[in-house]
Amino acid sequence: MASHEFRTDRVEVAFTVNGKPVGLAVDPRATLLDTLRDELGLTGTKKGCDHGQCGACTVHVNGRRVNSCLSFAATHEGAAIDTIEGLGTPDNLHPMQRAFVELDGYQCGYCTPGQIMSAVALLAEPCGESDAEVAECMSGNVCRCGAYQNIVAAIQSVRKENAT
Amino acid sequence: MNSFTFTRARTIADALRSARGDVKFLAGGTTLVDLMKLDVERPAGIIDLNALPLAEVRRTPDGGLHIGALARNSDVAHHPDVVRDYPLLSQALLSGASVQLRNMASTGGNLLQRTRCVYFRDAAMACNKRSPGSGCAAIGGFNRNLAILGTSAHCIATNPSDQNVALTALEATVHVTGSNGERSVPIGDFYLLPGQTPERETILEPGDLVTSVTLPPPAPGAGSTYVKLRDRASFEFALASAAVVVTIKGGVMQRARVAMGGIATKPWRNLDVEAALEGQPATRERFADAAQILLSDAKPQSRNGFKVELAKRCLVHALSVATAVT
Ligand SMILES: Cc1cc2nc3c(=O)[nH]c(=O)nc-3n(C[C@H](O)[C@H](O)[C@H](O)COP(=O)(O)OP(=O)(O)OC[C@H]3O[C@@H](n4cnc5c(N)ncnc54)[C@H](O)[C@@H]3O)c2cc1C
Ligand code: SF4
Ligand code: FES
Ligand code: FES
Repeated sequence: MASHEFRTDRVEVAFTVNGKPVGLAVDPRATLLDTLRDELGLTGTKKGCDHGQCGACTVHVNGRRVNSCLSFAATHEGAAIDTIEGLGTPDNLHPMQRAFVELDGYQCGYCTPGQIMSAVALLAEPCGESDAEVAECMSGNVCRCGAYQNIVAAIQSVRKENAT
Repeated sequence: MNSFTFTRARTIADALRSARGDVKFLAGGTTLVDLMKLDVERPAGIIDLNALPLAEVRRTPDGGLHIGALARNSDVAHHPDVVRDYPLLSQALLSGASVQLRNMASTGGNLLQRTRCVYFRDAAMACNKRSPGSGCAAIGGFNRNLAILGTSAHCIATNPSDQNVALTALEATVHVTGSNGERSVPIGDFYLLPGQTPERETILEPGDLVTSVTLPPPAPGAGSTYVKLRDRASFEFALASAAVVVTIKGGVMQRARVAMGGIATKPWRNLDVEAALEGQPATRERFADAAQILLSDAKPQSRNGFKVELAKRCLVHALSVATAVT
Protein backbone atom coordinates (compact mmCIF):
# COMPACT_ATOMS: atom_id res chain seq x y z
CA MET A 1 0.00 0.00 0.00
CA ALA A 2 1.28 3.49 -0.76
CA SER A 3 1.99 5.88 2.04
CA HIS A 4 -0.67 8.40 2.91
CA GLU A 5 0.57 11.92 2.75
CA PHE A 6 -1.79 14.60 4.04
CA ARG A 7 -1.09 17.94 2.43
CA THR A 8 -4.37 19.44 3.50
CA ASP A 9 -4.58 20.89 6.97
CA ARG A 10 -6.69 17.94 8.21
CA VAL A 11 -5.86 14.26 8.61
CA GLU A 12 -8.46 11.50 8.60
CA VAL A 13 -8.20 9.15 11.56
CA ALA A 14 -10.50 6.43 12.92
CA PHE A 15 -10.19 4.77 16.33
CA THR A 16 -12.46 3.63 19.13
CA VAL A 17 -12.92 5.55 22.35
CA ASN A 18 -14.33 3.53 25.23
CA GLY A 19 -15.47 0.94 22.69
CA LYS A 20 -17.31 3.40 20.41
CA PRO A 21 -16.00 3.95 16.86
CA VAL A 22 -14.94 7.53 16.17
CA GLY A 23 -13.95 9.01 12.81
CA LEU A 24 -12.39 12.47 12.72
CA ALA A 25 -10.55 14.86 10.45
CA VAL A 26 -7.97 16.30 12.82
CA ASP A 27 -5.36 19.01 12.58
CA PRO A 28 -2.11 16.98 12.54
CA ARG A 29 -0.87 19.15 15.43
CA ALA A 30 -3.76 18.05 17.66
CA THR A 31 -2.68 15.85 20.53
CA LEU A 32 -4.79 12.92 21.61
CA LEU A 33 -5.43 14.86 24.85
CA ASP A 34 -6.82 17.95 23.10
CA THR A 35 -8.82 15.79 20.70
CA LEU A 36 -10.48 13.87 23.53
CA ARG A 37 -11.29 17.04 25.43
CA ASP A 38 -12.12 19.55 22.70
CA GLU A 39 -13.44 17.42 19.81
CA LEU A 40 -15.07 14.58 21.72
CA GLY A 41 -16.10 16.43 24.90
CA LEU A 42 -14.40 13.87 27.14
CA THR A 43 -13.03 16.31 29.70
CA GLY A 44 -12.33 13.67 32.38
CA THR A 45 -8.79 13.39 31.02
CA LYS A 46 -6.89 16.38 32.41
CA LYS A 47 -4.11 18.64 31.14
CA GLY A 48 -1.51 19.37 33.80
CA CYS A 49 1.87 20.08 32.26
CA ASP A 50 1.29 19.22 28.56
CA HIS A 51 4.90 17.86 28.48
CA GLY A 52 4.85 14.30 29.80
CA GLN A 53 5.86 15.34 33.30
CA CYS A 54 2.71 14.95 35.43
CA GLY A 55 0.50 12.05 34.21
CA ALA A 56 -2.82 13.96 34.49
CA CYS A 57 -3.47 13.08 30.83
CA THR A 58 -2.98 9.31 31.23
CA VAL A 59 -5.25 7.17 29.02
CA HIS A 60 -4.98 3.61 27.74
CA VAL A 61 -4.07 2.96 24.11
CA ASN A 62 -4.53 -0.69 23.15
CA GLY A 63 -4.56 -1.51 26.87
CA ARG A 64 -1.34 0.34 27.75
CA ARG A 65 -1.17 3.56 29.70
CA VAL A 66 0.37 6.52 27.87
CA ASN A 67 0.60 10.30 28.20
CA SER A 68 -2.02 11.58 25.75
CA CYS A 69 -0.40 15.05 25.76
CA LEU A 70 2.71 13.81 23.90
CA SER A 71 0.85 11.87 21.27
CA PHE A 72 -0.63 13.23 18.04
CA ALA A 73 -4.21 11.99 17.55
CA ALA A 74 -3.42 11.33 13.88
CA THR A 75 -1.00 8.55 14.88
CA HIS A 76 -3.75 6.43 16.47
CA GLU A 77 -5.38 5.00 13.33
CA GLY A 78 -7.15 1.78 14.34
CA ALA A 79 -6.31 2.07 18.04
CA ALA A 80 -8.56 1.24 21.00
CA ILE A 81 -8.50 4.21 23.38
CA ASP A 82 -9.91 4.06 26.89
CA THR A 83 -10.48 7.04 29.14
CA ILE A 84 -11.75 7.54 32.67
CA GLU A 85 -15.29 8.00 31.27
CA GLY A 86 -15.24 4.40 30.03
CA LEU A 87 -14.16 2.93 33.34
CA GLY A 88 -17.28 3.35 35.45
CA THR A 89 -20.18 5.68 36.19
CA PRO A 90 -21.17 7.42 39.42
CA ASP A 91 -23.80 4.67 39.94
CA ASN A 92 -21.53 1.86 38.90
CA LEU A 93 -17.98 2.69 39.93
CA HIS A 94 -15.00 0.65 38.79
CA PRO A 95 -13.39 -1.05 41.84
CA MET A 96 -10.41 1.30 41.53
CA GLN A 97 -12.68 4.37 41.49
CA ARG A 98 -14.52 3.04 44.56
CA ALA A 99 -11.21 2.39 46.37
CA PHE A 100 -10.01 5.97 45.66
CA VAL A 101 -13.28 7.31 47.13
CA GLU A 102 -13.31 5.00 50.15
CA LEU A 103 -9.63 5.47 51.01
CA ASP A 104 -9.37 9.22 50.26
CA GLY A 105 -6.97 8.77 47.35
CA TYR A 106 -7.32 12.45 46.41
CA GLN A 107 -7.96 15.95 47.70
CA CYS A 108 -8.66 18.43 44.88
CA GLY A 109 -9.18 15.59 42.39
CA TYR A 110 -7.36 17.15 39.45
CA CYS A 111 -4.75 14.41 39.12
CA THR A 112 -7.26 11.66 39.97
CA PRO A 113 -8.44 10.52 36.52
CA GLY A 114 -4.81 10.07 35.49
CA GLN A 115 -3.97 8.34 38.78
CA ILE A 116 -6.86 5.92 38.35
CA MET A 117 -6.06 5.14 34.71
CA SER A 118 -2.45 4.47 35.75
CA ALA A 119 -3.54 2.39 38.75
CA VAL A 120 -5.84 0.18 36.66
CA ALA A 121 -3.06 -0.42 34.12
CA LEU A 122 -0.50 -1.08 36.86
CA LEU A 123 -2.37 -4.12 38.18
CA ALA A 124 -1.86 -5.82 34.79
CA GLU A 125 1.83 -4.82 34.52
CA PRO A 126 4.98 -6.55 35.79
CA CYS A 127 5.08 -4.30 38.87
CA GLY A 128 6.18 -5.62 42.26
CA GLU A 129 3.68 -5.87 45.11
CA SER A 130 5.35 -3.85 47.89
CA ASP A 131 4.20 -0.29 48.64
CA ALA A 132 7.60 0.98 47.49
CA GLU A 133 7.31 -0.85 44.17
CA VAL A 134 3.78 0.44 43.62
CA ALA A 135 4.96 3.99 44.37
CA GLU A 136 7.77 3.56 41.82
CA CYS A 137 5.31 2.32 39.17
CA MET A 138 3.12 5.37 39.91
CA SER A 139 5.97 7.92 39.73
CA GLY A 140 4.68 9.23 36.39
CA ASN A 141 1.58 10.57 38.16
CA VAL A 142 2.27 13.66 40.20
CA CYS A 143 -0.19 14.83 42.88
CA ARG A 144 0.23 18.43 44.02
CA CYS A 145 -2.07 17.74 46.98
CA GLY A 146 0.23 14.95 48.10
CA ALA A 147 -2.35 12.18 48.36
CA TYR A 148 0.35 9.62 47.58
CA GLN A 149 -0.04 7.41 50.65
CA ASN A 150 -3.75 6.91 50.14
CA ILE A 151 -3.30 6.38 46.40
CA VAL A 152 -0.94 3.48 47.15
CA ALA A 153 -3.40 2.20 49.78
CA ALA A 154 -6.26 2.28 47.24
CA ILE A 155 -4.22 0.32 44.69
CA GLN A 156 -3.20 -2.25 47.31
CA SER A 157 -6.79 -2.70 48.43
CA VAL A 158 -7.95 -3.46 44.87
CA ARG A 159 -5.03 -5.84 44.41
CA LYS A 160 -6.13 -7.73 47.56
CA GLU A 161 -9.78 -7.76 46.41
CA ASN A 162 -8.70 -9.21 43.04
CA ALA A 163 -6.63 -11.90 44.76
CA THR A 164 -9.58 -13.23 46.77
CA MET B 1 3.51 24.68 17.10
CA ASN B 2 4.28 25.24 13.39
CA SER B 3 2.09 23.48 10.85
CA PHE B 4 3.51 20.48 9.00
CA THR B 5 2.56 17.80 6.51
CA PHE B 6 1.78 14.44 8.05
CA THR B 7 2.70 11.17 6.37
CA ARG B 8 1.89 7.66 7.57
CA ALA B 9 4.66 5.37 6.38
CA ARG B 10 3.41 1.85 5.56
CA THR B 11 6.80 0.36 4.68
CA ILE B 12 10.46 1.19 5.28
CA ALA B 13 10.81 2.08 1.59
CA ASP B 14 7.88 4.46 2.06
CA ALA B 15 9.50 6.14 5.03
CA LEU B 16 12.80 6.59 3.19
CA ARG B 17 11.08 7.91 0.06
CA SER B 18 9.15 10.49 2.08
CA ALA B 19 12.23 11.55 4.03
CA ARG B 20 13.18 14.47 1.79
CA GLY B 21 13.81 18.00 2.93
CA ASP B 22 13.08 19.29 6.39
CA VAL B 23 11.20 16.28 7.79
CA LYS B 24 11.40 14.31 11.02
CA PHE B 25 10.56 10.71 11.77
CA LEU B 26 8.06 10.23 14.59
CA ALA B 27 8.20 7.18 16.87
CA GLY B 28 6.90 7.50 20.45
CA GLY B 29 6.91 11.29 20.19
CA THR B 30 8.03 11.78 23.78
CA THR B 31 11.00 13.89 22.67
CA LEU B 32 9.76 15.23 19.35
CA VAL B 33 6.23 16.33 20.31
CA ASP B 34 7.57 17.83 23.54
CA LEU B 35 10.12 19.92 21.60
CA MET B 36 7.67 20.87 18.85
CA LYS B 37 5.38 22.35 21.51
CA LEU B 38 8.32 24.45 22.66
CA ASP B 39 9.12 25.54 19.05
CA VAL B 40 12.56 23.99 19.48
CA GLU B 41 11.81 21.49 16.71
CA ARG B 42 9.93 23.00 13.73
CA PRO B 43 9.90 20.34 11.02
CA ALA B 44 8.01 21.02 7.76
CA GLY B 45 6.94 17.38 7.68
CA ILE B 46 6.41 14.47 10.04
CA ILE B 47 6.71 10.84 8.94
CA ASP B 48 4.89 8.55 11.35
CA LEU B 49 6.92 5.35 11.72
CA ASN B 50 4.55 3.57 14.08
CA ALA B 51 3.06 1.19 11.48
CA LEU B 52 6.48 -0.14 10.40
CA PRO B 53 7.41 -3.73 11.34
CA LEU B 54 10.41 -2.69 13.43
CA ALA B 55 9.33 -3.64 16.95
CA GLU B 56 10.81 -7.12 17.12
CA VAL B 57 13.21 -8.32 19.84
CA ARG B 58 14.88 -11.63 18.94
CA ARG B 59 18.10 -13.60 19.28
CA THR B 60 20.69 -13.23 16.53
CA PRO B 61 22.38 -16.34 15.05
CA ASP B 62 25.60 -15.57 16.99
CA GLY B 63 23.75 -15.62 20.34
CA GLY B 64 23.41 -11.86 20.56
CA LEU B 65 20.19 -9.85 20.53
CA HIS B 66 18.38 -7.84 17.86
CA ILE B 67 16.22 -4.97 19.17
CA GLY B 68 14.01 -3.30 16.55
CA ALA B 69 14.06 0.50 16.45
CA LEU B 70 10.35 0.61 17.35
CA ALA B 71 10.60 -1.83 20.28
CA ARG B 72 9.20 0.16 23.20
CA ASN B 73 11.40 0.84 26.22
CA SER B 74 9.00 -1.04 28.53
CA ASP B 75 8.87 -4.10 26.26
CA VAL B 76 12.66 -4.24 26.01
CA ALA B 77 13.08 -3.75 29.77
CA HIS B 78 10.77 -6.67 30.56
CA HIS B 79 11.82 -8.95 27.70
CA PRO B 80 12.94 -12.26 29.27
CA ASP B 81 16.16 -12.41 27.23
CA VAL B 82 17.10 -8.87 28.26
CA VAL B 83 16.30 -9.53 31.92
CA ARG B 84 18.37 -12.73 31.89
CA ASP B 85 21.33 -11.87 29.64
CA TYR B 86 21.56 -8.06 29.66
CA PRO B 87 20.10 -7.09 33.05
CA LEU B 88 21.89 -3.73 33.12
CA LEU B 89 19.95 -2.66 30.01
CA SER B 90 16.72 -3.57 31.77
CA GLN B 91 17.82 -1.67 34.89
CA ALA B 92 18.84 1.38 32.85
CA LEU B 93 15.54 1.49 30.97
CA LEU B 94 13.47 1.04 34.13
CA SER B 95 15.38 3.84 35.85
CA GLY B 96 14.36 6.27 33.10
CA ALA B 97 11.21 8.37 32.76
CA SER B 98 7.85 6.87 33.90
CA VAL B 99 5.84 3.78 32.96
CA GLN B 100 3.62 5.82 30.62
CA LEU B 101 6.61 7.34 28.83
CA ARG B 102 8.41 3.98 28.60
CA ASN B 103 5.27 2.48 27.02
CA MET B 104 5.57 5.11 24.27
CA ALA B 105 9.34 5.62 23.97
CA SER B 106 11.11 3.53 21.34
CA THR B 107 14.65 2.17 21.17
CA GLY B 108 15.49 4.36 18.17
CA GLY B 109 13.87 7.47 19.62
CA ASN B 110 15.74 6.99 22.88
CA LEU B 111 19.04 6.77 20.97
CA LEU B 112 18.21 10.17 19.47
CA GLN B 113 16.60 11.95 22.42
CA ARG B 114 17.81 15.52 22.86
CA THR B 115 19.51 17.20 25.80
CA ARG B 116 17.57 18.51 28.80
CA CYS B 117 19.69 21.70 28.92
CA VAL B 118 17.11 24.31 29.97
CA TYR B 119 18.42 26.89 27.47
CA PHE B 120 18.14 24.44 24.59
CA ARG B 121 14.48 23.98 25.55
CA ASP B 122 13.77 27.75 25.70
CA ALA B 123 13.60 29.28 22.21
CA ALA B 124 14.25 32.77 23.65
CA MET B 125 17.74 31.89 24.94
CA ALA B 126 21.15 31.77 23.25
CA CYS B 127 21.98 28.17 22.34
CA ASN B 128 24.46 27.00 19.74
CA LYS B 129 22.87 23.59 19.55
CA ARG B 130 19.40 24.93 18.71
CA SER B 131 20.53 28.01 16.83
CA PRO B 132 24.17 27.68 15.69
CA GLY B 133 26.26 30.78 16.34
CA SER B 134 23.89 32.29 18.92
CA GLY B 135 26.14 31.47 21.90
CA CYS B 136 25.75 29.24 24.93
CA ALA B 137 23.70 30.56 27.84
CA ALA B 138 24.57 27.51 29.94
CA ILE B 139 28.25 28.42 30.24
CA GLY B 140 28.20 30.52 33.40
CA GLY B 141 24.43 29.95 33.71
CA PHE B 142 22.30 27.14 35.14
CA ASN B 143 24.51 24.16 34.36
CA ARG B 144 24.01 21.94 37.38
CA ASN B 145 22.73 19.10 35.16
CA LEU B 146 25.27 19.56 32.37
CA ALA B 147 28.54 17.94 31.36
CA ILE B 148 32.06 17.94 32.78
CA LEU B 149 33.55 15.63 30.12
CA GLY B 150 33.61 16.04 26.34
CA THR B 151 32.52 19.69 26.44
CA SER B 152 33.65 22.49 24.14
CA ALA B 153 33.58 26.28 24.29
CA HIS B 154 30.39 26.02 22.20
CA CYS B 155 28.29 23.53 24.16
CA ILE B 156 28.35 21.68 27.47
CA ALA B 157 25.07 19.77 27.16
CA THR B 158 24.72 16.18 28.40
CA ASN B 159 23.23 13.28 26.50
CA PRO B 160 20.48 12.57 29.06
CA SER B 161 19.71 8.93 28.17
CA ASP B 162 19.98 5.96 30.51
CA GLN B 163 19.47 3.37 27.75
CA ASN B 164 22.39 4.71 25.72
CA VAL B 165 24.82 4.32 28.62
CA ALA B 166 23.93 0.63 29.03
CA LEU B 167 24.11 0.09 25.24
CA THR B 168 27.60 1.65 25.26
CA ALA B 169 28.87 -0.66 28.00
CA LEU B 170 27.32 -3.58 26.09
CA GLU B 171 29.13 -2.52 22.88
CA ALA B 172 25.92 -2.33 20.84
CA THR B 173 25.80 -1.75 17.10
CA VAL B 174 23.32 0.69 15.53
CA HIS B 175 21.86 -0.35 12.16
CA VAL B 176 20.89 2.44 9.79
CA THR B 177 19.32 2.59 6.37
CA GLY B 178 19.20 5.66 4.16
CA SER B 179 19.73 7.00 0.69
CA ASN B 180 23.28 5.61 0.77
CA GLY B 181 22.07 2.10 1.59
CA GLU B 182 22.45 0.20 4.84
CA ARG B 183 25.25 0.54 7.34
CA SER B 184 26.10 -0.68 10.82
CA VAL B 185 27.85 1.61 13.26
CA PRO B 186 29.38 0.66 16.62
CA ILE B 187 27.66 2.79 19.25
CA GLY B 188 31.08 4.17 20.25
CA ASP B 189 31.27 5.83 16.81
CA PHE B 190 27.59 6.86 16.64
CA TYR B 191 27.68 10.00 18.82
CA LEU B 192 29.74 13.09 18.04
CA LEU B 193 31.44 15.46 20.46
CA PRO B 194 29.99 18.99 20.31
CA GLY B 195 33.22 20.69 19.17
CA GLN B 196 32.28 23.65 16.98
CA THR B 197 29.10 21.99 15.68
CA PRO B 198 26.93 21.03 18.69
CA GLU B 199 23.89 20.90 16.39
CA ARG B 200 25.35 17.67 14.96
CA GLU B 201 24.91 14.97 17.59
CA THR B 202 25.33 11.73 15.65
CA ILE B 203 26.79 10.45 12.39
CA LEU B 204 23.26 10.16 10.91
CA GLU B 205 22.68 12.02 7.65
CA PRO B 206 19.33 13.68 6.90
CA GLY B 207 16.77 11.02 6.01
CA ASP B 208 18.67 8.16 7.70
CA LEU B 209 16.40 5.69 9.47
CA VAL B 210 17.59 3.66 12.46
CA THR B 211 16.18 0.16 11.93
CA SER B 212 17.61 -1.75 14.89
CA VAL B 213 20.25 -2.09 17.56
CA THR B 214 22.11 -5.35 18.07
CA LEU B 215 24.01 -6.59 21.09
CA PRO B 216 26.90 -9.06 21.00
CA PRO B 217 26.43 -12.35 22.91
CA PRO B 218 26.49 -11.79 26.69
CA ALA B 219 29.92 -12.08 28.30
CA PRO B 220 29.87 -15.48 30.07
CA GLY B 221 29.98 -15.26 33.86
CA ALA B 222 30.12 -11.46 33.92
CA GLY B 223 28.69 -9.36 36.74
CA SER B 224 27.00 -6.14 35.73
CA THR B 225 24.89 -3.26 36.98
CA TYR B 226 23.50 0.17 36.19
CA VAL B 227 23.69 2.77 38.95
CA LYS B 228 21.86 6.08 38.54
CA LEU B 229 22.25 9.04 40.92
CA ARG B 230 19.73 11.87 40.74
CA ASP B 231 17.98 14.62 42.66
CA ARG B 232 14.96 12.48 43.58
CA ALA B 233 14.35 8.74 43.84
CA SER B 234 12.28 8.35 40.69
CA PHE B 235 11.20 10.05 37.43
CA GLU B 236 14.32 12.20 37.14
CA PHE B 237 17.31 12.38 34.83
CA ALA B 238 20.76 11.25 35.99
CA LEU B 239 23.28 13.62 37.53
CA ALA B 240 25.72 10.73 37.18
CA SER B 241 25.22 7.14 36.13
CA ALA B 242 27.44 4.14 35.50
CA ALA B 243 26.93 0.97 33.45
CA VAL B 244 29.55 -1.69 34.12
CA VAL B 245 30.14 -5.26 32.96
CA VAL B 246 33.01 -7.09 34.69
CA THR B 247 34.29 -10.66 34.42
CA ILE B 248 36.35 -11.89 37.38
CA LYS B 249 38.54 -14.98 37.66
CA GLY B 250 40.30 -15.78 40.91
CA GLY B 251 39.60 -12.32 42.30
CA VAL B 252 41.19 -10.64 39.26
CA MET B 253 39.22 -8.58 36.75
CA GLN B 254 39.72 -10.22 33.35
CA ARG B 255 37.47 -7.97 31.30
CA ALA B 256 35.82 -4.67 32.19
CA ARG B 257 33.43 -2.47 30.23
CA VAL B 258 32.51 0.88 31.72
CA ALA B 259 30.20 3.61 30.40
CA MET B 260 29.06 6.75 32.20
CA GLY B 261 25.98 8.94 31.80
CA GLY B 262 24.86 12.32 33.14
CA ILE B 263 28.38 13.75 33.16
CA ALA B 264 29.37 13.88 29.50
CA THR B 265 28.26 15.25 26.14
CA LYS B 266 27.79 11.71 24.83
CA PRO B 267 27.48 8.28 26.48
CA TRP B 268 31.02 8.17 27.86
CA ARG B 269 33.49 5.35 27.49
CA ASN B 270 37.19 5.76 28.24
CA LEU B 271 39.35 2.77 27.30
CA ASP B 272 42.05 3.84 29.79
CA VAL B 273 39.55 3.29 32.60
CA GLU B 274 38.89 -0.27 31.47
CA ALA B 275 42.64 -0.92 30.99
CA ALA B 276 43.23 0.28 34.56
CA LEU B 277 40.80 -2.35 35.85
CA GLU B 278 41.73 -5.34 33.70
CA GLY B 279 44.36 -7.59 35.26
CA GLN B 280 43.86 -5.97 38.67
CA PRO B 281 42.29 -7.45 41.81
CA ALA B 282 38.67 -6.42 42.34
CA THR B 283 39.15 -4.07 45.29
CA ARG B 284 37.80 -0.64 46.15
CA GLU B 285 41.32 0.79 45.87
CA ARG B 286 41.64 -0.34 42.24
CA PHE B 287 38.11 0.91 41.51
CA ALA B 288 39.10 4.30 42.94
CA ASP B 289 42.22 4.38 40.74
CA ALA B 290 40.03 3.81 37.68
CA ALA B 291 37.61 6.53 38.81
CA GLN B 292 40.55 8.92 39.16
CA ILE B 293 41.54 8.25 35.56
CA LEU B 294 37.94 8.71 34.38
CA LEU B 295 37.73 12.19 35.89
CA SER B 296 41.33 13.29 35.27
CA ASP B 297 40.41 15.69 32.46
CA ALA B 298 37.04 16.76 33.86
CA LYS B 299 36.18 20.42 33.27
CA PRO B 300 33.64 21.44 35.92
CA GLN B 301 31.37 24.37 35.08
CA SER B 302 30.20 27.14 37.44
CA ARG B 303 27.52 25.02 39.14
CA ASN B 304 28.40 21.37 38.58
CA GLY B 305 31.75 20.91 40.31
CA PHE B 306 30.09 18.41 42.64
CA LYS B 307 29.83 16.00 39.72
CA VAL B 308 33.56 15.18 39.83
CA GLU B 309 33.25 13.50 43.22
CA LEU B 310 29.73 12.22 42.51
CA ALA B 311 30.86 10.46 39.32
CA LYS B 312 33.83 8.86 41.11
CA ARG B 313 31.61 7.49 43.84
CA CYS B 314 29.05 6.38 41.29
CA LEU B 315 31.65 4.34 39.40
CA VAL B 316 33.24 2.85 42.54
CA HIS B 317 29.81 1.85 43.81
CA ALA B 318 28.77 0.32 40.47
CA LEU B 319 32.00 -1.71 40.27
CA SER B 320 31.53 -2.87 43.86
CA VAL B 321 27.99 -4.05 43.12
CA ALA B 322 28.94 -5.78 39.85
CA THR B 323 31.88 -7.61 41.45
CA ALA B 324 30.16 -8.15 44.85
CA VAL B 325 33.01 -6.38 46.66
CA THR B 326 31.94 -4.67 49.88
C1 LIG C 1 9.13 13.93 31.49
C2 LIG C 1 10.17 13.08 30.83
C3 LIG C 1 11.10 12.39 31.61
C4 LIG C 1 12.06 11.59 31.01
N1 LIG C 1 12.98 10.96 31.80
C5 LIG C 1 13.95 10.21 31.22
C6 LIG C 1 14.95 9.56 32.00
O1 LIG C 1 14.95 9.62 33.23
N2 LIG C 1 15.89 8.83 31.35
C7 LIG C 1 15.92 8.72 29.99
O2 LIG C 1 16.80 8.04 29.46
N3 LIG C 1 15.01 9.34 29.23
C8 LIG C 1 14.04 10.07 29.81
N4 LIG C 1 13.12 10.72 29.03
C9 LIG C 1 13.31 10.73 27.57
C10 LIG C 1 12.65 9.57 26.86
O3 LIG C 1 13.34 8.37 27.18
C11 LIG C 1 12.75 9.86 25.37
O4 LIG C 1 11.93 10.97 25.08
C12 LIG C 1 12.36 8.69 24.51
O5 LIG C 1 13.22 7.59 24.70
C13 LIG C 1 12.34 9.07 23.04
O6 LIG C 1 11.80 8.01 22.28
P1 LIG C 1 10.54 8.27 21.33
O7 LIG C 1 10.28 7.01 20.60
O8 LIG C 1 9.41 8.85 22.08
O9 LIG C 1 11.19 9.33 20.34
P2 LIG C 1 10.53 10.44 19.39
O10 LIG C 1 10.17 11.63 20.17
O11 LIG C 1 9.51 9.84 18.50
O12 LIG C 1 11.82 10.76 18.50
C14 LIG C 1 13.00 11.33 19.06
C15 LIG C 1 13.95 11.70 17.92
O13 LIG C 1 14.41 10.54 17.25
C16 LIG C 1 14.06 10.55 15.88
N5 LIG C 1 13.72 9.17 15.56
C17 LIG C 1 12.85 8.36 16.24
N6 LIG C 1 12.89 7.12 15.75
C18 LIG C 1 13.80 7.13 14.74
C19 LIG C 1 14.31 6.14 13.84
N7 LIG C 1 13.89 4.87 13.89
N8 LIG C 1 15.24 6.50 12.95
C20 LIG C 1 15.69 7.77 12.88
N9 LIG C 1 15.25 8.76 13.69
C21 LIG C 1 14.33 8.44 14.62
C22 LIG C 1 12.93 11.55 15.77
O14 LIG C 1 12.91 12.15 14.49
C23 LIG C 1 13.28 12.55 16.85
O15 LIG C 1 14.22 13.47 16.38
C24 LIG C 1 12.11 11.48 29.61
C25 LIG C 1 11.16 12.14 28.81
C26 LIG C 1 10.21 12.94 29.41
C27 LIG C 1 9.21 13.64 28.55
S1 SF4 D 1 25.00 23.78 26.69
FE1 SF4 D 1 24.60 23.32 24.53
S2 SF4 D 1 22.41 22.97 24.56
FE2 SF4 D 1 22.82 24.14 26.43
S3 SF4 D 1 22.68 26.35 25.87
FE3 SF4 D 1 24.81 25.74 25.56
S4 SF4 D 1 24.85 25.24 23.38
FE4 SF4 D 1 22.71 25.12 23.97
S1 FES E 1 -0.50 16.72 30.87
FE1 FES E 1 0.40 14.96 29.97
S2 FES E 1 1.87 14.40 31.46
FE2 FES E 1 1.17 16.32 32.20
S1 FES F 1 -5.63 15.32 44.46
FE1 FES F 1 -5.05 17.37 44.02
S2 FES F 1 -3.39 17.05 42.64
FE2 FES F 1 -3.78 15.06 43.34
